[in-house]
Amino acid sequence: MSSLGKSLFSRIDAVTILLYVMLVVIGMLAVFSVEHRSTDVTIFIANKNYMKQFVWFGYSLLLGLLILLTDSKFFASTAFLGYTIGVAVLILTIFIGVDVKGSHSWLGVGSFRFQPGEVCKIFTALALSKFLSLPETNFKTLKNRLVGVALSLGPAVIVLLQNETGLALVYFCFILVMYREGLPNAVLGVGIGIVALVLGTLLIERKLLFILLTVFALVVGWLLRSVLRRNMEARIVLIGGWLFCILFSQLAVPMAFQHGLKQHQIDRIYSMLGKEIPVEYNKGVADGDEKKTNASEYNVLQSKIAIGSGGLTGKGFLNGTSTKNQFVPEQNTDFIFTAIAEQFGFVGCLVLIGIYLSLMLRIIFVAERQRSDFTRVYAYCVASILFFHFAVNMSMTIGLAPVIGITLPFLSYGGSSLLSFSILIFILVRLDADRHAMIR
Amino acid sequence: MSAAVNSRQYIIRFIFIGVASVILLRLFFLQNFESKYKIMANDIAIYKKVVYPPRGVIYDRKGKVMLSNTVIYDLMVTPRNMKGTDTAKFCAAMGLDLPGFLKIMKGISIRNIDVRQSTFMEQLSPEQTARFQENAFSFNGFELVERNIREYKNETAGITLGYIAEVSPEMLKQPRYLTYRQGDYAGRSGIELQYEEVLRGQRGVHFLERDKFNRPRDPYRRGALDTQEISGKSLELYMDAELQSYAEKLMANKVGSVVAIDPQTGGILAMVSSPCYDPNLLRGRERAKNYGKLYREATRPLFNRATQAMYPPGSTIKPMTGLVAMGVGAITPSFGLGCYGSYNYCSRSIACEHKDAGHASNFRHALAHSCNSYFCHIFRLTIDYKGFASTKQGLQKWHDYYIAFGFGRKTGIDLPFEKEGNLPDTTYYNKLYRGVWNSCTVVFVGMGQGELALTPLQMANSMCIIANKGFYYTPHFVKSIGKNANDTLLKPYREKHLVLNIADSSFNAVQQAMQDVVEAGTGVGAKIEGITVCAKTGTAENKAIVNGAVIKMADHSMFVAFAPRENPRIAIAVAVENAGFGATWAGPIASLLMEKFLKDSVTVKRKAIEDKMTKAHLINKYVYTIDSALRERDLRNYNARVLRKHLADSSSRYDDSVMVMRWMNRRFK
Repeated sequence: MSSLGKSLFSRIDAVTILLYVMLVVIGMLAVFSVEHRSTDVTIFIANKNYMKQFVWFGYSLLLGLLILLTDSKFFASTAFLGYTIGVAVLILTIFIGVDVKGSHSWLGVGSFRFQPGEVCKIFTALALSKFLSLPETNFKTLKNRLVGVALSLGPAVIVLLQNETGLALVYFCFILVMYREGLPNAVLGVGIGIVALVLGTLLIERKLLFILLTVFALVVGWLLRSVLRRNMEARIVLIGGWLFCILFSQLAVPMAFQHGLKQHQIDRIYSMLGKEIPVEYNKGVADGDEKKTNASEYNVLQSKIAIGSGGLTGKGFLNGTSTKNQFVPEQNTDFIFTAIAEQFGFVGCLVLIGIYLSLMLRIIFVAERQRSDFTRVYAYCVASILFFHFAVNMSMTIGLAPVIGITLPFLSYGGSSLLSFSILIFILVRLDADRHAMIR
Repeated sequence: MSAAVNSRQYIIRFIFIGVASVILLRLFFLQNFESKYKIMANDIAIYKKVVYPPRGVIYDRKGKVMLSNTVIYDLMVTPRNMKGTDTAKFCAAMGLDLPGFLKIMKGISIRNIDVRQSTFMEQLSPEQTARFQENAFSFNGFELVERNIREYKNETAGITLGYIAEVSPEMLKQPRYLTYRQGDYAGRSGIELQYEEVLRGQRGVHFLERDKFNRPRDPYRRGALDTQEISGKSLELYMDAELQSYAEKLMANKVGSVVAIDPQTGGILAMVSSPCYDPNLLRGRERAKNYGKLYREATRPLFNRATQAMYPPGSTIKPMTGLVAMGVGAITPSFGLGCYGSYNYCSRSIACEHKDAGHASNFRHALAHSCNSYFCHIFRLTIDYKGFASTKQGLQKWHDYYIAFGFGRKTGIDLPFEKEGNLPDTTYYNKLYRGVWNSCTVVFVGMGQGELALTPLQMANSMCIIANKGFYYTPHFVKSIGKNANDTLLKPYREKHLVLNIADSSFNAVQQAMQDVVEAGTGVGAKIEGITVCAKTGTAENKAIVNGAVIKMADHSMFVAFAPRENPRIAIAVAVENAGFGATWAGPIASLLMEKFLKDSVTVKRKAIEDKMTKAHLINKYVYTIDSALRERDLRNYNARVLRKHLADSSSRYDDSVMVMRWMNRRFK
């Protein structure tokens, strides 16, 4: 087991563990600051969420220890099995799941409830790592690339069926991993292009967008006229691209808004953009009715008030008037960041984001020092999942992204969230401890 | 691994850092450049709570509490938490019926959301409080909240101490009430009004955080911005609570007043305006109802006769008439007049009680026997005095003396709404008699009738001047404010007012004559064993208008005195309206009070007189007749007031609902 004759615990990556513990402790303090009342006689109150979170942290460490004591090859060898079981449970959840706030994504075992979709990220990450590290996998072939995409997005489809859009979106982060492992550059370009197009469609009036796109295509055509004259393929790409953009913005987006998306999703998207919902997309209202109040907009406003009122240095620990007094919705879970931003201001945010970024960059550093592909891919999976959660959660509290139920890893209150992120980290640390071995 | 693929780790790192930077940039602007969020955060989450300090306590001269605070309870309800409360049991305990209960609850549900505490019932009676506390555990959602109200310890001096009530909308417009808000309490009469600023203390403002449901929570910034409430300062009075309640007892069932002053300080020892009322009626929940009752009472208990009633002083003015006559040099104490039962110099006959020769052979005898002829004459001698250019100038001189005595103007006592009385001057008479008058026209003034009218306070003050032989301190109640006897508010009362141009010998003569009044004259009933009492009786004729006709009413019984002569400690004026001779009622009452004050108790020998005074019922039937004529007018005024108040109330309710609407708009926007 010990390839260099050193003990296991001297080989684990202390930096990762340290950053992890820092984040969890900050999270517990944040929950504490929200729930603590000046009238409380003691801080040890069993039914307060910060105490529960503390207990969950204990469980996480225990589980982490268990993982560290497990043979690193175990994770690789059981990856597909775990994935199969995970997907099975996910499907099962559709039928026997508990209804929580309209989504059908929770399983109840006794008084304990958890989201299989949350845990399944781990299995997916392991399975994807296993698949990409198989000697017979040549990721240059289209077939293998499609298998990789299917592996990662399969669970997302099931989670979507459970009516938990936010969680499903997380699985898209594996695209980033596959990009690292060899998906063409165009994937990133097209991805960014589509996001820009969607935003453009929502923000700019449709006819104006049509003109802009056409002008843009003509300018590009004129600039690249020498290339276009020689190259037939380039001409097809340009005209095809222009046609796609026009169809997408003029037909697909309106179609999706009118028939695909639900009202609350449209609310969230427009409240993020800070625009009023166009009448054609507003399904809940008949003509001439008063403007429907947008609950999502209220939530984001409260979140912004909490963050914005923090100022440069914040109001001080335990002095968060907005976060402490239930103004911010989902305070302990999705919007826990507001508590830190309000109490410690921009300086606090800078420190927190610094720690986060350090952790993610550290994981990439760890990934790149691996001998085995399995661990590298897995590390990228972990980094991508964290990144996606971090970016979307932060953006939604400051109104840069629509409000979807995405937690802030390690900080948000919630047992299954903390446990699953802890498992992700500890498996990584365990695998990294054997970085000089070949793990398949 | 190709180099191209390997370089992608840097692209991914770049993406991570880039996204984090965008988020940080947005945060930077959000937190440092958008101040509106700070304002909004304060707006939604901070609740300003006003804390009222206890009002100042009022003590008597011996340190006995006269007016303090007590706790009563308001019953509050949080409708959301009412589950499990047995409504029938609750109604039975609180003395309500079900429709009444539902009506209150409906009102609450309109005004407030159900998670917020609202007032269910204000100022519970002690019985209601007790019954609620017995079963408090089973009344979910209900809670008692403490509240301070005033408590009058001895049920005395109600009119002097005054009362507090919510400030009215009209008061709020005055600069004095600039710092008050609707719903605040303020003194409305008596010392409570006069010393409002001192007694009130300083409101505390506490900033509390409130939650989404508008429920107050922790102190904002742990109380860093709060201002602490400051208790009202206590007042120490010169008043002797025991003497006061004894005086009220003696004045029971009589209309009139008593003012007793310590001549050496000007401090008021007792002040009664009878009939008295229990001041505890004018506090708490029942105040408005009781006020209405008292307001409509025929005997007008809310009218402070001691400072506002204007009586013809009758013979009690004679010492002053004498003093002025001696002061201007018109007579000497040995001046005598032959009086045979009437004064006939002014082409009309003014009756005198005495016929025996020599009863007015000098000033001393004349005063002791209260000779009308003598004092009418010396008054004429005064204003016709050869030193003056004319009678009019003489009258003006006389007027100046009386002004110096404190007549015809406010004495400046520390009570609101004091009256000046009526002191005629030349202008007054010129107007009254169209400029054609002489000393004979106004002769009655010399014996305390005619146009002269004094308040009992002014009479008592004039006794101080004689007792002190020429000076007085402005009568006042408050000895010290918050244990500080030199408070700036008390400065005017520390100033000695001198009455000039009257020789000590004149005062001696007057004092001697007044001593004779008690020892051998009209006021023998006022004698106190072992104490030299100086006094003057008075029997004041008066008229009233009943149903449009002027009728002569029974005389006012008046008495002024001070004692002991050698070292005066109490000066007193007693007026009993329409009771008859001054020596019959006012005299004994004044005497008993002086004895009580100087000797601490009344001798057993005089118990019979005490009983007679206490039990006498002397309210003239005309009081009710006159009242019936005035009642219609008063009722009209009262109804107008009620209507005004009602309108004010309903407009305040409107304000309330507007506030709730604004709040809801803000919440659900």
